[in-house]
Amino acid sequence: MRIGQVGFGGISKEINLAYVPEAKVGNYVIVHVGFAISILNEEEAHRVFETLHELNAMDNPDLS
Amino acid sequence: MKYVDEYRNSKEAELFANAIRKSTTRPWTLMEICGGQTHSIAKYSLQDLLPETISLLHGPGCPVCVTPINLIDKAVHIAAQPNVIFCSFGDMLRVPGSKENLLTVKSKGGDLRIVYSPLDALKIAQDNPQKEVVFFAIGFETTAPANAMAIYKAKLDDINNISFLVSQVIVPPAIRSILGSSENRVQGFLAAGHVCTVMGYQEYEPISQQYRIPIVVTGFEPLDILQGIYLCVKQLEEGRAEVENQYSRSVRKEGNLSAQKIIQEVFQIVARHWRGIGEIAQSGLGLREAYAQFDAENKFPHEVHSQERSTECISGLVLQGIKKPNECQAFGKSCTPESPLGATMVSTEGACAAYYRYQSV
Ligand code: SF4
Repeated sequence: MRIGQVGFGGISKEINLAYVPEAKVGNYVIVHVGFAISILNEEEAHRVFETLHELNAMDNPDLS
Repeated sequence: MKYVDEYRNSKEAELFANAIRKSTTRPWTLMEICGGQTHSIAKYSLQDLLPETISLLHGPGCPVCVTPINLIDKAVHIAAQPNVIFCSFGDMLRVPGSKENLLTVKSKGGDLRIVYSPLDALKIAQDNPQKEVVFFAIGFETTAPANAMAIYKAKLDDINNISFLVSQVIVPPAIRSILGSSENRVQGFLAAGHVCTVMGYQEYEPISQQYRIPIVVTGFEPLDILQGIYLCVKQLEEGRAEVENQYSRSVRKEGNLSAQKIIQEVFQIVARHWRGIGEIAQSGLGLREAYAQFDAENKFPHEVHSQERSTECISGLVLQGIKKPNECQAFGKSCTPESPLGATMVSTEGACAAYYRYQSV
């Protein structure tokens, strides 16, 4: 089973990568009880903020 | 930490709260499924950001809370055996059993070890071949891949001095049970992001259609939860009932297929008893016949007659969103995290503990 070093804001832990076979060095992963269960999709990660900016633009049309 | 801190920004939270306020014309009652979400809601006082017309009910998604008392009693019995090393997540130690909890066993000299992952228990078994190691395999779909892998590895590597006391439950049957109850008030659900990371969300589509109810797969950070609420309210206001995915940075529709494969290999669907709620058909996972040798209930056969002690505790109603923790007589008085009457006061994911920690009593 593939094991990787995963940093959690300062500390680093050995995490089992069996469920994210495509994980590469530099990826962000979601970890639960010692296992990575997904690779974070960095494009999707920005969507929350895009929605917010759209909402904001609807409120303040002059600023957009 | 990247991809964490930015979802806690209060200015942006305020923007979402604004959008929710603008799109709400009527009262709506939503339920967040997951105890991690309940914890965030209490910690960041998210309810205070919402208009009064939106109420949040806290759901049953706290694995420690729903583990049945019968299994706590079995755990206590097994952990007290002389040749046993009993491994568990730390939260389980204070959960009340009929007479004792696991902490009592430890104080009487039982070999109890708190582990971070079921793989740690596997390692302990390899290092102590003369001992019987038992792991308390509790949890929802999120923990199932880890537990399944530990069991799969035990068989593969012929580690025969380990067994698992399994209390695995799954979310969709609990949602159906809540929606089917005559007391149900929930009009929209925030589904649990990490559960859906593993299982995907196809299973929620027939539930949403059958009960005409919005289900939004939602993350755990304040901005995730606010966006989940926004999407849910928007559906309700527009008369839609669909499954939407707020937590798309982690959740794919089909989930994590390699995790599902190992879960399927090791576990089968069984009926499970949920503490405070009762038995729910097809709501849990049990070991398949091929893995029966790793079942601690087979290895340590023992009849227990379990009985709940406190009559004051309404944690069953709290877990179903029928009552809030602060509506309980004992809350903060005879029941605190140091001496909990119910499991919802023990786990950090329990609604009573979250209220106690973050709200002034
Ligand atoms: S506050 Fe304590 S006694 Fe009341 S419901 Fe919660 S756990 Fe039970």
